[in-house]
Amino acid sequence: MKSAVVVFPGINRERDMTRALKLVSGREPAMVWHADTALPAGTDLVVIPGGFSYGDYLRCGAIAARAPIMDAVRGFAQKGGLVLAVCNGFQIACEAGLLPGVLMRNAQLRFICRDVYLRVERSDTPFTRGYNAGQVIRVPVAHGEGNYIADGETIARLEGGGRVVFRYSSPDGIVDPNWTHNGAMNAIAGIINARGNVLGMMPHPENHVEAAMGRTDGRGLFAGLVDHFKLAA
Amino acid sequence: MKARVTVTLKSGILDPQGKAIEGALKTLGVSGVASVRQGKVFDIEIEGADRAGAAVALKNAAEKLLANTVIENYRIDVSG
Repeated sequence: MKSAVVVFPGINRERDMTRALKLVSGREPAMVWHADTALPAGTDLVVIPGGFSYGDYLRCGAIAARAPIMDAVRGFAQKGGLVLAVCNGFQIACEAGLLPGVLMRNAQLRFICRDVYLRVERSDTPFTRGYNAGQVIRVPVAHGEGNYIADGETIARLEGGGRVVFRYSSPDGIVDPNWTHNGAMNAIAGIINARGNVLGMMPHPENHVEAAMGRTDGRGLFAGLVDHFKLAA
Repeated sequence: MKARVTVTLKSGILDPQGKAIEGALKTLGVSGVASVRQGKVFDIEIEGADRAGAAVALKNAAEKLLANTVIENYRIDVSG
């Protein structure tokens, strides 16, 4: 699996992401700078990592979404290439029009940095084939703007199309407002686009991939992607 | 030419920041505040004196970057 990690000024999770990708896929990802206009030839997976691109100026992800490299990322996604967008990456993907909706300020107005539980809603996507549907995983979040909102029609389209891939839940997989730390509509933690090749999620699977991190729940996402490309080869 | 673009949240969109400001005003004893919604103001200087051209450029700026039209409305005022 040849992956490319897009780096914007102010991004700070690119190294965690690179480490996780290398660990699970055995291959060092390419780092692609925001001012570049093309992705490396043969890229299988584009990753937009977390952080605070452009200091969250204007709106989270708004400036990064208009950076030169994003035209190449959009073109890549239009051709069916897989894009994984995490945390600030999810905000950037929404601002870039790759995914619908917006990540608003957390309902409680606080930056929240802790582990949360996610219910994996589907296992039949390239991003979640390493999990079982209904499985609950524990991964960290670290965001002030993770409160997913969209208009009623968009939410209905997402839910109707099975496009909510991860939902905040209790450790037993029960969706409950008390376990939706940021107030996201329908406890949405991660969604895919209609074609199923762009995933945006607020939590950080890359921070739970090795025993030294305390847990390995995030590894399934990367292992699933590696499997996906092995089967396609 | 000077222009001002005002970006406000659409009605029905929850504004936690506005709510916090509203709470702070009540704490300060500022009376009669029913509700607060927070927005953004962009003061932009436009080169030249082509008003029609400026209107197009400002609409472009608002639609492409200044506002996220999923959640926000914008208003453009040109002066001078």
